[in-house]
Amino acid sequence: MLVGKSTWLFQQKPVIISTGTVGGPFEAQSTIYRDFDILHEDIWLKQDSFEKAQQKMMEEACQIALQKQNMSENQVEFFISGDLINQITPTTFTAKTLGIPYLGIFSACATTTESLALSAMIINQHGANYILSGSSSHNAATERQYRFPTEYGSQKPPTAQWTVTGAGCALVAKQGTGPVITSATIGKVIDMGLSDPYNMGGAMVPAAIDTIKTHFKERQIDPSYYDLIVTGDLGSIGREIAFELLNKEGLAIKEEQLLDCGDFIYTDDQPVHAGASGAACCAIVTYGHLLNLMQQGDIKRMLVVSTGALHSTLSIQQNDTIPCIAHAVSIEVGSDVN
Amino acid sequence: MTNKENLSPEAQEYQAFQQQRETKRPVLLNCLKAFLVGGTICCIGQVIATLYIYFFPFTERTAGNPTSATIIFITMILTGFGIYDRLGQFAGAGTAVPVSGFANAVISSAIEHRTEGFILGVGTNMLKLAGPVIVYGVFSAFIIALIKTILITWGGF
Repeated sequence: MLVGKSTWLFQQKPVIISTGTVGGPFEAQSTIYRDFDILHEDIWLKQDSFEKAQQKMMEEACQIALQKQNMSENQVEFFISGDLINQITPTTFTAKTLGIPYLGIFSACATTTESLALSAMIINQHGANYILSGSSSHNAATERQYRFPTEYGSQKPPTAQWTVTGAGCALVAKQGTGPVITSATIGKVIDMGLSDPYNMGGAMVPAAIDTIKTHFKERQIDPSYYDLIVTGDLGSIGREIAFELLNKEGLAIKEEQLLDCGDFIYTDDQPVHAGASGAACCAIVTYGHLLNLMQQGDIKRMLVVSTGALHSTLSIQQNDTIPCIAHAVSIEVGSDVN
Repeated sequence: MTNKENLSPEAQEYQAFQQQRETKRPVLLNCLKAFLVGGTICCIGQVIATLYIYFFPFTERTAGNPTSATIIFITMILTGFGIYDRLGQFAGAGTAVPVSGFANAVISSAIEHRTEGFILGVGTNMLKLAGPVIVYGVFSAFIIALIKTILITWGGF
């Protein structure tokens, strides 16, 4: 049901019945290493290219999510996913392997919540019984497409972020046990004129703020409704700015209530500058760590707002600014846990 | 810069707000690190050149080429083992400006694009980063030579 202009309420309460998360060697040293289903020691995953390695991670994430429910691919109606690589080929090849009807989407790092919101909407409207929704990214594959060759010795500024190597996937169902998806707010493209691709956190904050504000306004609730408001990959600098601006906008959010996946995932010892980014960043933190917390009863309601910088190398070289987007999805504990 | 003109007041306000909060590059510290590491690389180069002059039949004039080749070879090993990019993060211009920086740009591109094959991958992309250095290096040398020729011919220097 549509409330306001851009928020969906899901009366059928689609359920996340299982998840799959895969990470690389760098993620094995992160703060959430216990929450992964598979951790790889080699960034190549024994594949010929980084793009194929990314595809392999996404395939594994989907297969794990299915295995946990003893389900097979042909029981799932749709696969909605995307990634950062040109023309989202790693996701497309994953869809080929899975053989599930496929909707490929691109919202850069906001893909996680875009696919989750769409999946929930389709299930809510009885368009499907089971949907696999997720996203993936690979540090080296992203680095070489957006920045420089991995072994090139350039000096990154302190605002730069480290692209996560991993894949996260959620199996969304009409019925079952697990956390439920209660609402979603679709964001607008917001561009504040920033153009430094080494400061994406700063560029994405206004998009996150806009979506969060819209969500509370249209649902007519206040921030105390949620135990956690989770942003995607604003990084340490972006998170600080977002916290300050949200409170300035009149949304009373407590310091511990606002969590940023990119700020939180890596330890202080890891050389990641301002934190993590990448399409998998929000997916692995949400589907791994945060849903585990929810299962343990530590959190009851959270609003996941993954943020995406929708630029390309071409648009940056042609002096364009960075257009940004954020989509919000609220996840709450299912009735079985209460 | 046409695309960035006419920013809305809201955007200008946000940019100013954002700029105050972003971590700045430690420019002075970076300069110091670049000076120390760059200087060390040049010192190593000088030692190698002296060795060539002392142990091999090279003169001060001819020792330059084998010295560059040796530095490039060392850079190749360091790049291949994934050490040079870490050094680059620490040293910045210190590892980018010497000939080793140029070598690293070529070698890292060659390694990176191996997955697209030898012709269209390595062949096409090897000079992707180093290309501009060659283009503008040759171009500025041409301009300087032109100025020199004009000054000598007509200036009577």
